Amino acid sequence: MAKLTPIAEAIVFVSLLLPNAGQAATDDVAALRAELEALKTDYTSRVQVLEARIKQLESAVATAQLAQPGAPPAAPAAAPPALPQPSPVAAPGKSSNATAFNPAISMILTGNYASLSQDPASYRVAGFIPPPSGEGPGNRSFNLDESELTVASNVDPYFFGNVTAAIQGNNSIDIEEAYFKTIALNHGLTIKGGRFFSGTGYLNEIHSHNWDFADQPLVYQVFLGGQLAQDGAQIRWVAPTDYFVELGAEAGSGRSFPGTQRNSNSLASDALFAHLGGDVGDSTSWRVGVSWLDARSTDRAYDDVDQFGTPVTNAFTGTSRTWIADGTLKWAPHGDPTYHQFKLQGEYLHRTESGQLAFDVTGRNLAGDYSSSQSGWYVQAVYEFLQRWRAGLRYDSMQSGTPSIGLVQLGFLPRAAFASLASASPERTTIMVDWSLSEFSRLRAQYAWDDARATERDRQLLLQYIFAMGAHGAHKF
Amino acid sequence: MPEYVRSLLALAAVALCVAALPAQAALKVLATTPDWAALVTELGGDKVNVYTATSAFQDVHRVDAKPSLVARARTADLVVATGADLEIGWMPVLLQDSGNTKIQPGSPGYFEAAPLVHLLEVPSAVDRSMGDIHPLGNPHVTLDPRNIAIIAKALAARLVLIDSANAAYYATRGEDFQKRWQQATVGWEAKAAPLRSVGVVVIHRDQAYLCNWLGLKELASIEPKPGVPPSVGYLAELVAKLAATPPKMILRNAYNDPRAAEWLSERIHAPVVLLPYSVGGTPEAKDLFGLFDDTINRLLAALK
Repeated sequence: MAKLTPIAEAIVFVSLLLPNAGQAATDDVAALRAELEALKTDYTSRVQVLEARIKQLESAVATAQLAQPGAPPAAPAAAPPALPQPSPVAAPGKSSNATAFNPAISMILTGNYASLSQDPASYRVAGFIPPPSGEGPGNRSFNLDESELTVASNVDPYFFGNVTAAIQGNNSIDIEEAYFKTIALNHGLTIKGGRFFSGTGYLNEIHSHNWDFADQPLVYQVFLGGQLAQDGAQIRWVAPTDYFVELGAEAGSGRSFPGTQRNSNSLASDALFAHLGGDVGDSTSWRVGVSWLDARSTDRAYDDVDQFGTPVTNAFTGTSRTWIADGTLKWAPHGDPTYHQFKLQGEYLHRTESGQLAFDVTGRNLAGDYSSSQSGWYVQAVYEFLQRWRAGLRYDSMQSGTPSIGLVQLGFLPRAAFASLASASPERTTIMVDWSLSEFSRLRAQYAWDDARATERDRQLLLQYIFAMGAHGAHKF
Repeated sequence: MPEYVRSLLALAAVALCVAALPAQAALKVLATTPDWAALVTELGGDKVNVYTATSAFQDVHRVDAKPSLVARARTADLVVATGADLEIGWMPVLLQDSGNTKIQPGSPGYFEAAPLVHLLEVPSAVDRSMGDIHPLGNPHVTLDPRNIAIIAKALAARLVLIDSANAAYYATRGEDFQKRWQQATVGWEAKAAPLRSVGVVVIHRDQAYLCNWLGLKELASIEPKPGVPPSVGYLAELVAKLAATPPKMILRNAYNDPRAAEWLSERIHAPVVLLPYSVGGTPEAKDLFGLFDDTINRLLAALK
């Protein structure tokens, strides 16, 4: 091959990239043109046929109206004022407006008053490696909870965009969700990308202001750090069936607990889920689901105390696999929730973790094998007993089992050196009453008998407010 | 992750199989109310397969985007909705979750009725302190047969557009419906003449079009503001206010709570008239014709 100048090389390179460039492609271009021409003709004729049919129909209808015997063309003399009959076109007279495409904006205000019998700083669900955040009832006394700002809009004919930022009471900002979603894939397919609440479980996708209790179930707090947000991509497919059948898959960076951010190009948080739902009669609707989450973490650190009561930092590196089964049932007389509604919901989560557990990473720094098989569940019922008034009951239960810790089995350390991992069966019972003056405001009182600590019961009273401003929220199931 | 890749491939394979399936014979329609379902049936006959999202006993605004509705939206060829924000809590969720491009706003498969007719009570300014008001105007447009005629014409044209193979069928049925509807409307108007200028109390602002059509005078609304239930104090004020201009009747829809209306009825000595409001709201309101027949019969019976 002759030596080419850099410019010629560039031309060859570009012509290779362009599908229609190059001599060999001219025939293809001609063929494509012919095809396009044929398509165009075909569509033009089809459109003409349709137009003719519409005209025919319209004139037929108009003739029918005119020819109607006994139908007075105008209202009788004593008739009530006739409505102006507008043309089916939007009202004229709107001038161009730079704000016409502004997205839907909504702001949720939440806050509470908390009275807790135990020091919230010492809160820990006994028997489990604690998540970095999301555990416990929060601080005592008055608290400004998150102020949640959502901006959402279609981006173009192909994508929808949504950002939900939670401005926290401590003046920090969390991006809860910031995702794009396809709207033009058809065939029941939707792809989401960015940061989004994972589709695993039932409660995970629901924002805090739509929860039926002021806080998350214990099992969500411990296994998912409250709520699992993926940085990644999700694909969902709804089956073309009368029953609701939905399948989904996710791949994420693992940034959110139970994974950790890792210095790796690979994915570290994969999820699969399937949902099935339908109605029974006109009063009851239901949905059940199963989900599977596989997350990997590197040096997922947590604070603990050793057998002498000395604070230590331990870290887990390995794989966390979680199975979730969820079920939700809603009942309302004739399906109308205005005056009465009953909602029953429950989820069971089972998690196995295996890998390495490092002890006192800033001091003695010993490491050994670790594996655990743990589970937890909750069931809750909420009943609207009077228009705008609801009462609810929730029960939480967790089973820590006894994790297998290599450092203990080999005799390097006593089991007491891992205080947080002592076998426990935490539980909690919660009751609540809430009052919604409108669709946009809610006041709630909640009381919990929380036996999550290994030691003493925490009695928690929470008084909460939730106000929604701006764009109308979605009535999700 | 092999499991992940495998599941993605499986999903794609299933999706392709589904895409390759031949189109269903009957046009699948998801109607948000029984009235739109009845209208589609009038126009589409056995060429359409209609699923109704709500019943006459449901407040259409308060519905959830429940799984069964997402499933129906997924397979629908046409969605017939009221629009004017009546279904704003759930329709956008259905449209997004369905993954069905045929029924997205702007497509021929998405039909809204309210924007076709002249809307009453369009507020000049809106604020949530005014209750559940609709910025685009009162969306409860069905109870004026002149609106139904306009909507039916556009809906028939839409059926022709979507299912051109059956264009002649829809054209004939549309023509026939308009003929019968015109005749019936004339009959209703003649029959309802005694109702003109009769004073009534309503519960919610959903009888506005009926009152406008028949010349009924809305003296008061039991809800102090749209969507806001009355307090005892407000009801007492209402009793005092209505003493000067006593209404002949209190109108109640099938889905309304009867208690406030009955409480008021005892005090102002005006009967509560149960109206179907939607097709299926009373046993007599079997279709759109029955809906208007029964509504007028019940109003006239209360007048006697």
